[in-house]
Amino acid sequence: MKPAPFRMYAPHTVAQAVATLAALEAEGQHAKVLAGGQSLVPVLAMRLAEPGHLVDINGIAGLDSIDVSSAGVRVGALVRHAELLRHAAANRVQPLLGQALNLVAHATIRNRGTTVGSLAHADPSGEMTAVLALTGGSVTAVSVRGEREIPAAEFFVGPLESSLAADELAVSAFFPAAPAGAGTAFVEMARRHGDYALSGVGAVVIPGRSGDEGAPAIDVRCGFLSVSETPLVLDLSDAWAAGEDSVMAAVRAAIEPQDDIHASADYRRHITGILAVRAIREALANAGNGQGDEQWEATA
Amino acid sequence: MGQRYFGEPIRRTEDIRLTTGQGHYLDDIGAGQPVLEAAFLRSPHANARIRSIDIADALDVEGVRAIYLYEDLTGPVAEPLPVLIPHPALTAPRTPYALAKDRVHHVGQAVAMVVAENRYLAEDAAQRIVVDYEVLPAVATLDMARAAERHAHDDVPDNISAHLLQTVGDLDAGFAKATHTLEFDLHVERSASTPLEGKGVYAKWDADDSSLRVYSSTQASTSVRAAIAAKLEIPLLKVEVIAPDVGGGFGVKIAHPWPEEIMVPFAAIRLGQPVKWAEDRREHFISSSHERGQDHHVRVGFDDEGVITALDVLFYHDNGAFTPYGIINPIITSTQLLGPYKPGAYRVDFYSMYTNTVQVTPYRGAGRPQGVFVMERTMDKIAQALGKDRAEVRAANFIQPDEFPYDQGLIFQDGRPLIYDSGNYPHQLTILKDMIGWDDMAARRADAASRGKLLGVGMACYVEGTGVGPYEGAHVHIQTDGTVDVATGLTSQGQGHQTMLAQITADELGVPFEKVRVVTGDTRRFGYAVGTFASRTAVMSGSAVALAARAARAKALRVAANALECDEGDLEIVDGVVQMKGAPDTKIDLGTVAVLSNPLRYAFDKAAQAATQFQGVDDFDKPPVAEDDEPGLEGKDYYSPPRSTFASGMHAAIVEIDPETFDIHIDKYFVVHDCGRLVNPMIVAGQVHGGVAQGIGGALYEKMEYDDDGQLQNASFMDFLMPYVTEIPQKELGELELGHQETPSPLNPIGVKGAGEAGVIPVSALIASAIEDAVGFPIDSMPISPNGLYRLHERFAAGELPRVEHYAASPPAAKRARRGAATRTKKSADTPS
Repeated sequence: MKPAPFRMYAPHTVAQAVATLAALEAEGQHAKVLAGGQSLVPVLAMRLAEPGHLVDINGIAGLDSIDVSSAGVRVGALVRHAELLRHAAANRVQPLLGQALNLVAHATIRNRGTTVGSLAHADPSGEMTAVLALTGGSVTAVSVRGEREIPAAEFFVGPLESSLAADELAVSAFFPAAPAGAGTAFVEMARRHGDYALSGVGAVVIPGRSGDEGAPAIDVRCGFLSVSETPLVLDLSDAWAAGEDSVMAAVRAAIEPQDDIHASADYRRHITGILAVRAIREALANAGNGQGDEQWEATA
Repeated sequence: MGQRYFGEPIRRTEDIRLTTGQGHYLDDIGAGQPVLEAAFLRSPHANARIRSIDIADALDVEGVRAIYLYEDLTGPVAEPLPVLIPHPALTAPRTPYALAKDRVHHVGQAVAMVVAENRYLAEDAAQRIVVDYEVLPAVATLDMARAAERHAHDDVPDNISAHLLQTVGDLDAGFAKATHTLEFDLHVERSASTPLEGKGVYAKWDADDSSLRVYSSTQASTSVRAAIAAKLEIPLLKVEVIAPDVGGGFGVKIAHPWPEEIMVPFAAIRLGQPVKWAEDRREHFISSSHERGQDHHVRVGFDDEGVITALDVLFYHDNGAFTPYGIINPIITSTQLLGPYKPGAYRVDFYSMYTNTVQVTPYRGAGRPQGVFVMERTMDKIAQALGKDRAEVRAANFIQPDEFPYDQGLIFQDGRPLIYDSGNYPHQLTILKDMIGWDDMAARRADAASRGKLLGVGMACYVEGTGVGPYEGAHVHIQTDGTVDVATGLTSQGQGHQTMLAQITADELGVPFEKVRVVTGDTRRFGYAVGTFASRTAVMSGSAVALAARAARAKALRVAANALECDEGDLEIVDGVVQMKGAPDTKIDLGTVAVLSNPLRYAFDKAAQAATQFQGVDDFDKPPVAEDDEPGLEGKDYYSPPRSTFASGMHAAIVEIDPETFDIHIDKYFVVHDCGRLVNPMIVAGQVHGGVAQGIGGALYEKMEYDDDGQLQNASFMDFLMPYVTEIPQKELGELELGHQETPSPLNPIGVKGAGEAGVIPVSALIASAIEDAVGFPIDSMPISPNGLYRLHERFAAGELPRVEHYAASPPAAKRARRGAATRTKKSADTPS
């Protein structure tokens, strides 16, 4: 379990990093960006991937900031999960961050793993990919060709596949603030504490939005992990209005879970319905407890 | 009397070192020095013929020093590895070659060895070796082995390595006497020891001395030494094998010699440079050992009180691709299955089967978890059939305290009669029932129900043969500074042997605990030993250390009596000082006694002057060293037991099941353990707690997932689910309670029984019982996952599984009504014999 040979680069600026990526791509070389390494290094050690070049961005200044505004939270590429988890202001603006980060692996992995790195890894079992999709966030990518912002819906294109080009570096991710009055929750079921979830559901509910004629009284959206090829987001407002059984039916019809050695597709489909209802209930309870108001005050 | 250490919860002297990074494990050996490193190319196929191997491209990797294939092996190294424990019933034993000859029998079998300047380069080269395989259909499961349409070994067409039948009593008469019979199947899956440190070998050849030093992360250094000497044809005294700090074994490191234990020294000698191989995790999963996979069929007859009149068990044991450790595991299952019970008649019949999977050798518990699963599930099914309390049915079948020694009439794993030495099972059960509140679970059940959870309770009892022979020895050496060196050939893997053996030594000699240094598993210090397995260290080495210390003490008293001109019977040793009983001012330090015990010509230091030749002699007609004596203050002795000691335990647990997600949570766990006298209660508690953790792994998480091609799907800690601390009940949180009962063993000088494996043995049995109690349908296969429980629930809902309702004690009035109902259900649960 030792990696195949690779060449290591240690740029000090984003410009150097993307220039390196561009040069390697031009030569037809396979390069990977190394941030926290919590997914990449095991894959290298098991020789499941043998990139000839690693661009280590840990020495780049300015990629480790968490910027909180009333609009949302911008997370730099070198922000570790643990830093974001304990960032009080970020979690007031978007409580889903902490609710989900608590379930990301274990403390030692959160100390090193980066949130943006896990997004770039685009694992449909990742909690943070689900949160980015559910909150309608985006990833900012830089290359020698310039900078672009990629919405979550366009960022995740397949299992372990993002729309980042080979010469692009994800420099930050943006998670929009929770809407005023909203309640959020994140629940999942894993075989062991901290494992990849068999299924997981994040929920955002906004009670009392009955302004539109005929619209449901409660706005309900859920994001799912481990049950589809890319993070799935469902608007369950109508289903919730029709009752919990409708939510379970809607969820079970929409997801496409797979069999693996830990759980069958059937079981995943079954529990995802249950977890969706539990997440919505918990999010409503959080909204009722003033979570939404508190957020609003914090950002206002 | 000085301070007594036996029985005290003394903190482990190993721990500061081991928990602060000061341990010295196999991969630390030779660090910072030029050492060649090895990597092994392993078979990617479960069953295949090797047509050809091309190493040309691999040899081009810079830094590669050698590549070895089977054709490079000569003499005994080219022969198959030994069958360590032959048995007449093992009619088709098979073991691998150190490197595959022309055939591979499981994914992970070593095919080629690459030695390079470092492990990275060795792996680069291994990747470039091209092997042309003719892939054959694999025997991946016990079902496929029984079908015998595919063959794990070409020359074993029925895939059967061994068949053994043992019968006690008249089975037919037992069934004739029975008023009820039940028949059912029980299944246990494959798991593995998975120590945190894998195997590893370091070898250094000294050409000037023609001697070999080998470090191996092993549980049996003396036997590894003998195997290396035999294979490499080196005189035994020119081979040293040392087990450094070993990061866990749990049985997998008792199997030996591994291919790597032969090949690493082989390469070191040929290359004239130290060579090291440290197993990585993936290698460990696919090329070490697994255990536990067994299918059982049970037929049991019993009377209206639940007393078993006849028990008939047939089981199939998956021994994997090879049988280096013989049929120890199924023999243990077949004998230890009986636990604390005495069925009227018993027949046990097993087949040990080849599959194209990793070989099977003992893993902590070694066949007992399966046997206990069978017996305890049987007890639960009898109770359910009769509508009786599960505890009551167990008690009705117990061996009684006045029946010891109790002969079960079988031959145990050590080839000797299965005779229990001591125990008190009824009392043990009473303690357990009181701890858990067995007879009053109503409030707990109601509380769980109010939280939307299903609550279940389960219990399981076992008896464990521990401390098997043939022998262990020890050497106790009192130094002239008053310190004491103790050596035993048996190894240590973190159990606290240094502490426990020092406690025994300190008490026997009368010296402070801090003065005792213990070395284990170093053939330079002690050459005769068997190894660390079968919960035998305290019994075997503990007894040997006690006997050796007594010998050293006797000599110390004799020498001191001579110096103090008194009778040795008037002397005692207190805190390292030999003194006159009742007149402690007449005394001599034990260190000085050691000086005097060794008559000297040369005073190499100040203390030694006292023993030199002009310091006065009592009798010029006697030689300085008497005819039947020897210089120095040492004791050496061996302990060889007539048979095993039998520890016992009873565990219970309360589980909660989420009726929607089928998530399984262990709410409380209780243990009542009896390993005779406790040398160190803290160490015993740690052993039991750790065992319970491993047992929970086996009950709820761990399973080797082979596909039908014999590929292991979860050969990493990401997918093989060893429980984390978050999955294990914590004593500190009030989730785990441990109680002890002490029935001393009459078989050894310190009255102890083994404790190392205890915790793991009954866990699957009682967790199955508790889950069944919660969900109301049978749990007959372990481990069980939430997914598995969901699947069973779907079958139950479809009417494919019967309802199981365990008797729950209630207030007297309700109890009568309930019993009536239960009696009615009994008849439908019975099947005709």
